[in-house]
Amino acid sequence: MELELRGITKRFGLLAANDGISLSVAPGQVHALLGENGAGKTTLMNVLYGLTQPDEGEILLDGEPAKFGSPRDAIAAGIGMVHQHFMLVPVFTVADNVTLGHESSDFSRGGLGGSSPRGILGRGGLLNRGKARRDVADLSHRYGLDVDPDALVGELPVGIQQRVEIVKALIRQANVLILDEPTAVLTPAETEELFRIIRQLKEGGTSVIFISHKLREVQAIADTITVLRRGQVVGQRTPPVTEDDLASLMVGRNVQLRVSKQPAKPGEVVLDVADLTVGDSGGLPVNGLSFQVRAGEILGIAGVQGNGQTELCEALMGLRPTVGGSVTVNGRDLTRASPRARLRAGVAYVPEDRREDGLVGTFSVAENLILDMYDRPPYASGINLHLPAVRANATERIQEFDIRTGSPATPAGTLSGGNQQKVILAREVGREHKVLIASQPTRGLDVGSIEFVHRRIIEQRDHGVAVVIVSSELDEIYALADRIAVMYEGKITGFRDPDVPAAELGRLMAGGADSSGVPGATVEADGALLVDGAQPVREADPAHEGGAAPDGDPGYDGDGAPAPADQEEA
Amino acid sequence: MTTPPPALPSPEPGPSTTGPSAAPQAEDEDAKAKDGRSFGDFLREAVQENTVTVTVLALLSATVLGGLLTAFTNSGVLHAWSNFFSAPGNAIAKAWDAASGTYVALFEGSVFNPHTISALFQQASFSTAIHDGYLSAVFNPLSETAVQATPLILAGLAVALPYQAGLFNIGGQSQFIGGAIMSAWLGYAVNLPFFVHVVVCVIGGFVGGAAIGWLAGEIKARTGAHEVIVTIMLNYVMQYFLAYLLSSQSLLQASGSSNAITPAIASDAHLPLLAGTHLRINAGFLIALACAFAVWWLLNRTTTGFEFRSVGANASASRVAGMNVERNWSLVMLIGGGLAGLAASTVILGTDFTLNPQSYGTYGIDAITVALLGLGRPGGVVAAGLLFGALHAGSPGMQTATGTPVQIVQVIQALMVLFVAAPPLVRATFRLRAARARGVSTSMSKGWNA
Repeated sequence: MELELRGITKRFGLLAANDGISLSVAPGQVHALLGENGAGKTTLMNVLYGLTQPDEGEILLDGEPAKFGSPRDAIAAGIGMVHQHFMLVPVFTVADNVTLGHESSDFSRGGLGGSSPRGILGRGGLLNRGKARRDVADLSHRYGLDVDPDALVGELPVGIQQRVEIVKALIRQANVLILDEPTAVLTPAETEELFRIIRQLKEGGTSVIFISHKLREVQAIADTITVLRRGQVVGQRTPPVTEDDLASLMVGRNVQLRVSKQPAKPGEVVLDVADLTVGDSGGLPVNGLSFQVRAGEILGIAGVQGNGQTELCEALMGLRPTVGGSVTVNGRDLTRASPRARLRAGVAYVPEDRREDGLVGTFSVAENLILDMYDRPPYASGINLHLPAVRANATERIQEFDIRTGSPATPAGTLSGGNQQKVILAREVGREHKVLIASQPTRGLDVGSIEFVHRRIIEQRDHGVAVVIVSSELDEIYALADRIAVMYEGKITGFRDPDVPAAELGRLMAGGADSSGVPGATVEADGALLVDGAQPVREADPAHEGGAAPDGDPGYDGDGAPAPADQEEA
Repeated sequence: MTTPPPALPSPEPGPSTTGPSAAPQAEDEDAKAKDGRSFGDFLREAVQENTVTVTVLALLSATVLGGLLTAFTNSGVLHAWSNFFSAPGNAIAKAWDAASGTYVALFEGSVFNPHTISALFQQASFSTAIHDGYLSAVFNPLSETAVQATPLILAGLAVALPYQAGLFNIGGQSQFIGGAIMSAWLGYAVNLPFFVHVVVCVIGGFVGGAAIGWLAGEIKARTGAHEVIVTIMLNYVMQYFLAYLLSSQSLLQASGSSNAITPAIASDAHLPLLAGTHLRINAGFLIALACAFAVWWLLNRTTTGFEFRSVGANASASRVAGMNVERNWSLVMLIGGGLAGLAASTVILGTDFTLNPQSYGTYGIDAITVALLGLGRPGGVVAAGLLFGALHAGSPGMQTATGTPVQIVQVIQALMVLFVAAPPLVRATFRLRAARARGVSTSMSKGWNA
């Protein structure tokens, strides 16, 4: 079955989650949808699966327009979806799960799952379990899925549960199978198994839409790769394709928002992170990472999401235990300090997830503006809160940061994303601080808010604050950073000056090892892509170079210095 | 020490990560809420979704339903119904009489009884009236309501305060028992001058309850065990611990007694009566009102309360803001337990003057219903406590006046809470529009409103 999407547009309020997306999937093809979080992949698939209706555009099946009002329609048309979070009943057997909700329907017409013309709900309302089991066993055998129909789903490993979901889709005659981030929950070995199954499905003529943000996997399995960014198709590639190319496409390189800024005047080293290692159950999300930030400079940490950036920020704030290494602010060792001690030591923090970690949604704007200062003068003496001081602070900050709110008493959760971020920023830079750590500071914000936030961050730098920006948006890194570090799999793969070409960053983001000098071949190969008129070539920054050259701190400047990644490998 | 790691966002939570797309996000959250709803989530929703309107309508519905129930459990009425076709008016009139008579008796027993006024004016002189207790009789219903409400208010606060910090204190009973043991023991075993003695006993009650509450909070803080389970299990521990203490003469049992009861506490340790010897109203009621005010002040005017509310509303953001979430859990359970302990003090030192296995009654469970009816706020708890106190005070009169079983009052109480706990039920009945899903929580931060 040939599937085609034409000009799919889906808006949520002002934001277009999908903006005129067109793509087509040929029978027996694996089509990968690649994009960052929020690029619109899931929305697009929800449209295709009938979970949401598009505002514009149409879906064509074998050239015929189709309309999916609900997943039921999509399933009937032969589209199956394996969600990221499985929809299985753990205490039921595999066969029961597969038939769940379709007890009386004749889902096996056409013979893929069996030849009986009836559903498993037999005469007198009795379940025909035998047939369901036979169908599952049959299908499982045909595609080498190796699923036992009688096993309890709750006792199966995640990889097998995923196959149960695939069986569910196949037994309902899916010709197009959507896999939403299928490898997110799998071990590398299970991923290999999944790829084998996908190839087998392909041979059987089933098309697979594979959603992912992992470059390597997409390269390994896809016949066609469509890259989404901010709801638009920004490129389509047919493997073989370089990971650098995909990474640059994914995070974008069209700099639309440039905030004018003076050259940085870096001072003393304020934040010193040495050999920081964070462990969790699944490994080492941050693995022996070192960097330094000086007063009055912005270090931008670039990288594809999920390479340890979140863990790094949480470890820097004391929210996540570290396994090794040290964090020093102004010569003071904070490695074992509590979050509060770090805040008091002058670290301002803008967390990645502002709704979850940055704000108390039911608290008023005024309360959120003192969320980490409520127990200090002038807001409190002893345990007494000084409400007039809290209100005065709110009025002042609301004006200073142009926070659009009904009143200081409005619950912060009702504000728009941009205004919520302004509340957090106003709070964090409102107290005494020497370091500002901002993680994805403009994610999901509109253009105006992005510019505002960027301007404020540069203002902080100019006041002599050491700033760390963690962002998966290259635009943002280019707009803000005085120095760029690229993170890949918990390590920094290289430090670069901000005039580095995007292709070079793309190479580092894909895990390319650091090397002294810029590899000319890559630049030339991608030279055409960079001449969009938006290539952010900035004048070399004399002050910066002056500050960097004599120092030679490990990891301070990319070239020549032993990069932490290299140390780790040694 | 295992600290639960802050919840991480899933790698691809859908289009919602992109800013102003509030609509899908809300759907997302709703879906999540439906998936794995714990008991705690349910309670939180029940309280947050409530508006004052819904509460008032819930009370009304329960009253009407309770009236129907009394009418149809009354033997006279049932007999009249059996002759319905010969005298239909009679049956309906009897039903109305039974229902209204019940509520009148309830009112007379808990607020004001007109007969006491006429009795007062039949006296020869005002001074004899006072001396013989006729004046007191006028105020007796109100006094009884206050006496009954006192432990309910305090125990209700013991649930409402931890609720504000996101914890569900189902352990009112264990904390009550802890306070009761301390109060009673200090009351009979220690000799202290008047006033000092009663103060020491009250403080002892607070400490006894606080110790049990703190234990539950500390277990939660250190191990992450759910406070609902911990507090419920501590209820059993304390219940049987008390039974053990009361079964041994060398421990708390009164010497020479074969009953499970402590010696009577010294009269020095009685809470002072507020309105003469004829009325039972005592200083405990003032303690309850003072505590309600103190809890309000703590929550809205102190940094400690700010932390409690912040931790309750978003523990993750509170942790990022430098608050010690676990310490707050321990502290709020300590204070909450102390309030339940005070409830015990007012019972032991105010009305019972001894401790036996009946002393703790159903205060632990009633506390939850009071807090629920009071929407988790101190003012609401006082109102709900007074209402339930009135129902308790009025129920004996109800039985004597109309023959309605006392149990009916319990049923009415249960119905009230049932309606309050199920706002959609009331909304559907009265065709109200749904309250703004999360908007009601504004009321939690009312303190800022100028």
